[in-house]
Amino acid sequence: MAGLTEVLRGRRLSGRPEFYTSYGQDMALLNTAPKRRAVAAIVIGAAVLPFLLTDELLQLLATGFVAAIGAIGLNLVTGYAGQVSLGHAFFLAVGAYTAAALSGDPDDRTIGFGITFLPLWLLAAGLAAAAAGLLVAPLAVRLRGLYLAIVTLGLVFLGEHVLKEWKQLTGGPGVGRPAAVPEMFGVRFDEDGEFFTAPQKLYLLMLVLLAIFAVLARNLARSAVGRAFAAVRDRDVAAAVIGVSLPRYKALAFAISSFYAGCAGALLYTVSGFFDPGSFNLQLSVLYIAMVLIGGAATISGSILGALFITLLPRFTRELPGVLPFVSAQSTGTITVFQIEAILYGLLIIVFLIVEPRGLYGIWIRVRNYWKSWPFSY
Amino acid sequence: MDEFLASLVRGLGTGSVYALLAVGFVIIYKAMRIISFAQPALMVTGAVLVSYLTADLSFWIAVPIAVVAVAGLALVVERLALRPMIGRPVFVISIITLGVDIVIRVVVNVFIGRDVRQVGDPWGLSTVDLGGVAVQERYLAMLLVTGAVVLALFGFFRYSRTGLAMRAASFDQEAALAQGISVGSVFAVSWAIAGGLAALAGVFVGTGGGVDQQTWIIALKALPAIILGGLDSVGGAVVGGLVVGVVESLVGTYQGEYAPWLGQNFAVVSPYVVMLLVLLVRPYGLFGTREVERV
Repeated sequence: MAGLTEVLRGRRLSGRPEFYTSYGQDMALLNTAPKRRAVAAIVIGAAVLPFLLTDELLQLLATGFVAAIGAIGLNLVTGYAGQVSLGHAFFLAVGAYTAAALSGDPDDRTIGFGITFLPLWLLAAGLAAAAAGLLVAPLAVRLRGLYLAIVTLGLVFLGEHVLKEWKQLTGGPGVGRPAAVPEMFGVRFDEDGEFFTAPQKLYLLMLVLLAIFAVLARNLARSAVGRAFAAVRDRDVAAAVIGVSLPRYKALAFAISSFYAGCAGALLYTVSGFFDPGSFNLQLSVLYIAMVLIGGAATISGSILGALFITLLPRFTRELPGVLPFVSAQSTGTITVFQIEAILYGLLIIVFLIVEPRGLYGIWIRVRNYWKSWPFSY
Repeated sequence: MDEFLASLVRGLGTGSVYALLAVGFVIIYKAMRIISFAQPALMVTGAVLVSYLTADLSFWIAVPIAVVAVAGLALVVERLALRPMIGRPVFVISIITLGVDIVIRVVVNVFIGRDVRQVGDPWGLSTVDLGGVAVQERYLAMLLVTGAVVLALFGFFRYSRTGLAMRAASFDQEAALAQGISVGSVFAVSWAIAGGLAALAGVFVGTGGGVDQQTWIIALKALPAIILGGLDSVGGAVVGGLVVGVVESLVGTYQGEYAPWLGQNFAVVSPYVVMLLVLLVRPYGLFGTREVERV
C-alpha cells in the first residue's frame, strides 16, 4: 500500500530521472533535471552579463529581449493557435502610442498625461492593444488562413495611415515623438544612476520583464487554453466538434497576442528614446514573422532565440566591411551592409523553412537528441 | 461631370493594372492554394528591365523581352524555392514567397539606384480628347492591353490542353494526377504566366511617373482586389482590380472636398477599407467559392 500512495502522490524514483509517476510531474515547467540546471545557468548567466559586456551590446540585448516579448505574442496567435497575422506591427503601434501618450510630458507638443509609473503604462498599453485585437477577432472568426493574413495586412496599412495623419499623437512622419518614460518608484531606467549605467538598468529591467512574460506564455501554452489553441490550429472543424468554441478561442488568441505586442511596443522604443510613425509598417510585421519562423513556431524558447538572432543580425553585418573589402558601410556603395542585411532576412526565412521548419529550436532538438544517445545513432 | 468622368477613366486605367496583378495572384492561388508575396518584386523587375532595355531597343520590343524574362525568373523561383515545399502548410509556402520577394527586391533596388527610372513609354503624360473629357493616353493603353490579355487568358484556359490541365489540377490535384496531368508543370506554367503578367503591370505602373524603390508597394493593392473578387476567381480578380482602381481614383478626387477629416492620401488606403467592408458581408469575396466543411 505504501508503494501505491507514493505513486499517487507522484514521488520520484531514485536513479530514474525520466520516470514520471504523475501527470503533474510530466507537465511540470522544468520536468527534467538537465532542464532545471540549464535554466538556472541561463538565468545566472544573463544576470551577470551586464557587468561583462559593453553598454552598446547591452542596449542591443535589451532591445532583443523586448522584441522577444513581441515575438512570443505573435507565436501565441500564429504558432500555437494557427491564425496567420501579418498585423503585428499595428498592435505594436497601439501599445507604443498608448504608453508614450500616458507617460509623455503634458507640456510637450505631442499628447501626454505625465503618468510615468512603468507598470501602469505598460498594463494600459497591453490592454489597449488587446482591445484592438478583440476588434479584429470577429473577422478572424469568419475568415481562415490566407484571407485572414491579407486582412491583417490591410490593418497595417490603415494603421500606418492613421498614425501619419494623427500628428498630435505621433508627431508626424519624419518628426516622431519621445517614447514612454521608464520610471518606477523614483528610479529612471533610461538615465545613468549612481551604481548602474542606463543600458545596464534597461537590460536588467527588460530581462526581468521577458522572464515574467515568457513564463506566463509557457504556462498558458501548457494549460487547457493552450491545448484548445493547438486544436484550433490543427483542424478547426475537429476542434469545434470536440467542444472548443472557435469564436471564443480565436478571440482569446488575438487578445493575448495583442496584449504581448502592446507591451513590447510600449517598451521597444524606451531604449532608443524616440520613435517615428513610419516605423510601424509591413516590414516590421515581416520581421516578427521572421523571428517566429527562424526561432521555431509554437515554442516559447524558440521565439526568444529568434528575436535575439534577428536583433543581433545587424550587429554582425556591420562588421562585414572589415572582413569583406567590397562591402560598403555607407548607404551609397554598390553593395552596402543594409542590402546584405535585407537579403539575409529573406534568405534566412527561405532556408529555414525549407531545411529546418522547426527553426533554431529544431536545430537544438537535433543536437540534443544526438548527444542523448551518443555514441549510438539512435 | 467632366471631373467625374476623367476620374473614372483614370480609375479604370490604374484598375486594369491592378487587375493584371490580381489575375497573376489568382492563377498562382488556383494552382498551389498559396498567395505569392513575390509578385511585387516580379512587377518591379519587369519595369526595371524595360527601363534598361529601352536604352537600345524600341519600347515595343523591350516589353515582350521583359515579360518573357520575368516569366523565366518566376519559373526559376518556383523550381528552387517552391517545388521543394509541396505538401507543406500553405501559410509556410506563402511566407517563403515573402522571403523571395525581399531577396529579389534588394537586388533590383541596386539597379534602380537613388533616382527614378523612366520606362521610355511612347505615351508619357499626353492626353486625348474623348467627348470633351481629357483622358491620358496611357490609361486607355492600359485598359485596352489588359482587356486583350485577359481575353487571351480566358481563351487559353477554356480551349487549350494546358489550360484544361490547369483547370483540372486546380479542381482536384490527385484526380488530375491520376489522369496523367503533370501537376508540377501546371505549377510552373502558373508561375510563368503570373510572372509575365506582373512584368506587364510593372511597365504600366512605370508609365508616366517612372519606377523608384517604393514602386513595389503598388503591387500590394492587388491584394484587396483579389479578396474582393474571391481568391479563386479569375473573373473576380479582374472585377476586383477595376473596382479597387475606380474606388481609389474617386476617393482621391472627392475625399478632400467631402471628407477632409480622413486625412491626405486616404485614397491610397481606401481599397483596404472597401475590402474590410466586403469581407464583413461576404467572407469569400464577391465571386469566390465558399468552402464546404465536411465533418
